[in-house]
Amino acid sequence: MKTIKNILAVVLITGMLFNCSNDDDMPTGPTGPNFTGTFAQQDQMGRPAVNTVFVSSSSKDDFNITVPSNQNAAFQAMFQANLEALSPAYANPGDMNALGLDSAAFTGLLATDVLNVSLDGTTTFFDGTNVLTGRALADDVITVELLLIFGGEDFTENPGLSNDNVDANDKPFLSSFPYLAAPW
Amino acid sequence: MKNFKHLLGISSLVVAGIILLSADHIDAPAVQGSTSDITDFYAFEGKDNHNMVFVANVQGLLSPSATADAAFDENVMIEFNIDNNGDNIEDLVIQVIQRNKKMYFVGPIVPNQTGLVSTLSPNFSKDGTSVKITPYGEEPIIGKSQNGISVFAGPRDDPFFFDFAQFGKILNPNDPATSFNNPGTDTFAGTNVLSVVIEVPKELLGNSDSINTWVETKLKQ
Repeated sequence: MKTIKNILAVVLITGMLFNCSNDDDMPTGPTGPNFTGTFAQQDQMGRPAVNTVFVSSSSKDDFNITVPSNQNAAFQAMFQANLEALSPAYANPGDMNALGLDSAAFTGLLATDVLNVSLDGTTTFFDGTNVLTGRALADDVITVELLLIFGGEDFTENPGLSNDNVDANDKPFLSSFPYLAAPW
Repeated sequence: MKNFKHLLGISSLVVAGIILLSADHIDAPAVQGSTSDITDFYAFEGKDNHNMVFVANVQGLLSPSATADAAFDENVMIEFNIDNNGDNIEDLVIQVIQRNKKMYFVGPIVPNQTGLVSTLSPNFSKDGTSVKITPYGEEPIIGKSQNGISVFAGPRDDPFFFDFAQFGKILNPNDPATSFNNPGTDTFAGTNVLSVVIEVPKELLGNSDSINTWVETKLKQ
């Protein structure tokens, strides 16, 4: 109940500030749009396809409302079981992917679903050199993930499973803001 | 890594889980098909390398004929979370919400509280920047703030690409497929999403060399 009380306090303060405001330059008129209220989490996402691939059906909603700092404790074991079911070689002792991560280490990385982003270097999911330093629009993230799941220690295993052979978007991206292509 | 398909019989839960759509499209029952369903999240260096770009896409798999009527939900706040000290707890947030066909952006700011429940900045509309949501079929409308932030909101081509249909066949024990096709077929070709794009000077993200970042949708209670 303590949290709820805190929320109510914030709401009340927010409401008071709005009531006290007498600015005429609010964007949509003297009263301005209403931005009060509390907002509760519905969905979240860090890295692509993590919830889709590694979280069991019955836990997908829970995963979306578990803060990242608690995800490893809550979900790493499930991630590992699902990875080893999907790609059985990972169940063999010592089996690793091309990042040198075994089943426990790889799922330990993935279970905390945040995107790691460099502020002083190349930003890419994987470009052959840099790994997990961001996610650019053109990054072939699915093939990278398939390679890490099925491709074994040197990306040569299960070639039929480790590349979907769709390597680029269906429209070219823009070179400047807003970067995404116009809709169809 | 052999016998992939043979083991599928004992991993039906995994298979059932995967035969939902991908990157984060339709990832979970509670948000599937709703206005708070995040489809994708990107973070990359801008054309100006002093800037970082964040992209959140929602409401995926829009056909061209359905795109003009698709709209951001006034009750769904999109929140970009930025951890700049490595504990996976947000130190800064960028909050985004629609009002009257305009998108309002505030941040990066220190949130009132971290975690699953949020309130908006008290001076939300004054502290941030706003931009008219770009209507379907029109050139992108770009909002700019005095501190170097650019913002956009509106329909875009879904930038995600994946032969998801073939992946589903591979995982289906009743389907003879055992590998991807070459060339593959992009399941997301020809579909649109509703996009929010914000470009921020890196100096507004803190002093660290890297960040951990994720995006959330939060529904007004």
